[in-house]
Amino acid sequence: MRKMIEGSQAVAEAVGLCRPGVISAYPITPQTHIVEELSQMVADGEIHAEYVRVESEHSAASVCLGAVAAGTRAYSATTSQGLMLMAEVLYNIAGMRLPLVITGVNRSLSAPLSIWNDQQDTLAVRDSGWLQLYAENSQEVLDMHIQAYKISEDDRVLLPVMVCMDGFVLTHTYETVDVPTQEEVDAFLPPYDPLYKLDPGDPYTLGAFAGPELYQEMRFELQRDALASKDVVKEIAKDFQAAFGRWMGDVVEEYRCDDAETIYVAMGTVVGTLKDWVDMKRDNGDNLGVLKLRCFRPFPLEELRESLSKAKRVVVVEKAVNVGAYGILPAEIRAALYRQPNQPSVHAAVTGLGGRDITFETFDEMEERSQAGEMDFFAGLRKELLEAS
Amino acid sequence: MSKTDFTYEITRGFLPGHRACAGCGQASAVRLVMEVAGSQVVAANATGCLEVFSTPHPESAWGVPWVHSLFENTPAVAAGIEAALKHQGKLDDIRVLAFGGDGATLDIGFGSLSGMLERGHDVLYCCMDNEAYMNTGVQRSGSTPFAAATTTSPAGRKSFGEDRPKKDLPAIAAAHGIPYVATASISIFADMRRKVKKALGVRGPKYLQVHVPCPPGWGYDEKLSIEIGRLAVECGLYPLVEWENGEVTRVRKIEPIPVEEYLRPQRRFRHLFRSEEGKAQIAKIQELADASIKKYGLVD
Repeated sequence: MRKMIEGSQAVAEAVGLCRPGVISAYPITPQTHIVEELSQMVADGEIHAEYVRVESEHSAASVCLGAVAAGTRAYSATTSQGLMLMAEVLYNIAGMRLPLVITGVNRSLSAPLSIWNDQQDTLAVRDSGWLQLYAENSQEVLDMHIQAYKISEDDRVLLPVMVCMDGFVLTHTYETVDVPTQEEVDAFLPPYDPLYKLDPGDPYTLGAFAGPELYQEMRFELQRDALASKDVVKEIAKDFQAAFGRWMGDVVEEYRCDDAETIYVAMGTVVGTLKDWVDMKRDNGDNLGVLKLRCFRPFPLEELRESLSKAKRVVVVEKAVNVGAYGILPAEIRAALYRQPNQPSVHAAVTGLGGRDITFETFDEMEERSQAGEMDFFAGLRKELLEAS
Repeated sequence: MSKTDFTYEITRGFLPGHRACAGCGQASAVRLVMEVAGSQVVAANATGCLEVFSTPHPESAWGVPWVHSLFENTPAVAAGIEAALKHQGKLDDIRVLAFGGDGATLDIGFGSLSGMLERGHDVLYCCMDNEAYMNTGVQRSGSTPFAAATTTSPAGRKSFGEDRPKKDLPAIAAAHGIPYVATASISIFADMRRKVKKALGVRGPKYLQVHVPCPPGWGYDEKLSIEIGRLAVECGLYPLVEWENGEVTRVRKIEPIPVEEYLRPQRRFRHLFRSEEGKAQIAKIQELADASIKKYGLVD
């Protein structure tokens, strides 16, 4: 059914359709509309879940951990400082190979305190063992949650999945979305039936410690399965298309890349703005394209190589800073292209931090500076403030 | 004191063969809890001695489903298990237990514990109180008693060790108005068994804090664990109290002995017996015991 709803509500509808048995969250802007909506759905009996109103994000993730270990599908959502507080538990959940889906609403990190959007938070936990999907719009974020549970619970994966969505830009924006029926989702996503759970009838010890003779092999298996999960992400995107008739890419989405001399790479809502800008530039005769990175973990190495090696120049739009170094996504893309037959120059543009608008002018600036050979730069800076200080 | 029958079966819940130190009070206490709890339980365990000595992968001393996640989140993990069992409709048949040491419980997991108690989860949380961070080498915790020497509150030329009394977590737990809170001692075996049984018969959050002597941490001969624990109770420093719905409902009466009898056999208090200033600290410890005796009416 097509509905005009907020991005947060699209998430709540999707999560409800996935029938979690336990929901646990701690309120933090701009995640709040998601959990308020889910609370109401529980209060109205529309979904049959235990909603555990915890005292911190650390506990929210821990409640989900316990619930999944006991054999029940669970859900949480957080952002920014909350995600940082969860970080210890995130690593633990992945290491314990517990399937779980949380929404990682994207917000900047303190200090200075800012409630506004960028992607520093979820990128900071990129090595945790969680798979990370980034949504461009409300329909995609809805669809991604349904796919995420199926990916996470697949016996070949058994890793948690974080669906990342830009705070405010997506959580608080109204769009028309097609909400599937319960029957459709039930047919796509079977009930959670884990291989191992905390069951007195068949007792297992979960979370034992490992000495130097065992730890490295366990991390090897985590890495092996995380990398291999890319095939499952792709397979489930195809299954989803067959079931629901929608396709927004699997691990990447190419937009007008075929003959593009310059390709802009980005994740999340900024991709939509980029597509419009590229359309405009193409009308003026510039051969530009956009590569949307839909799945950041597992890292789509081969797909990026294939898409980007066609270009002469690549500009990576990064809404984060890895302070003291040269970009998170840019560094990974540069590494991916190393020793490839056709190596485009890869330019890294940091922008959109703390909710700074990313406009056509921002892209024009990136275009100008990357053409001039600048490799690593901030775009959209208010230079008058820096000069004043 | 009445005589207690110490014969009991080896239960499948917590099995022998684990790596606890000789004389470990905690190992005995956990065995007693598991003996009373039976097999229809799920246990969550904080990082600490118990977790380490019972589950070096691929070995496990646990015959019941057991999970260890992290240090400070055990109450929340237990809450998640409870919520899942509730969702599955199994909470009438399965009890949820949680185990944590005093560091996990009083210090780093304090917020998580308060949240679990306040939200009313049907969980029995057992704090195994050996009064310091034993797993990492006897560092001071919020439960370390006044004037005890630990590796981070050592006695020295200008210090008599820990300068603060124990955090009174049982009273804080009781202030949540939860159905049942109790302190117990592994040395007062029948009393502890009764309290575990009582706790497991009550629905909702329960907090049980068990005094568990630690031979390497406290510094005494392993064979004295039960005796040392008994002296702690009998001098009034470890009052055995029960709270129901926030009110004290029962205390174990004592005929008080001087605190010196409890302190003297332990290396962690040895420095107090070496000077007049040290003896003044013992007098302060006696005041703490006297205050506890008075507060809970431990003497008829």
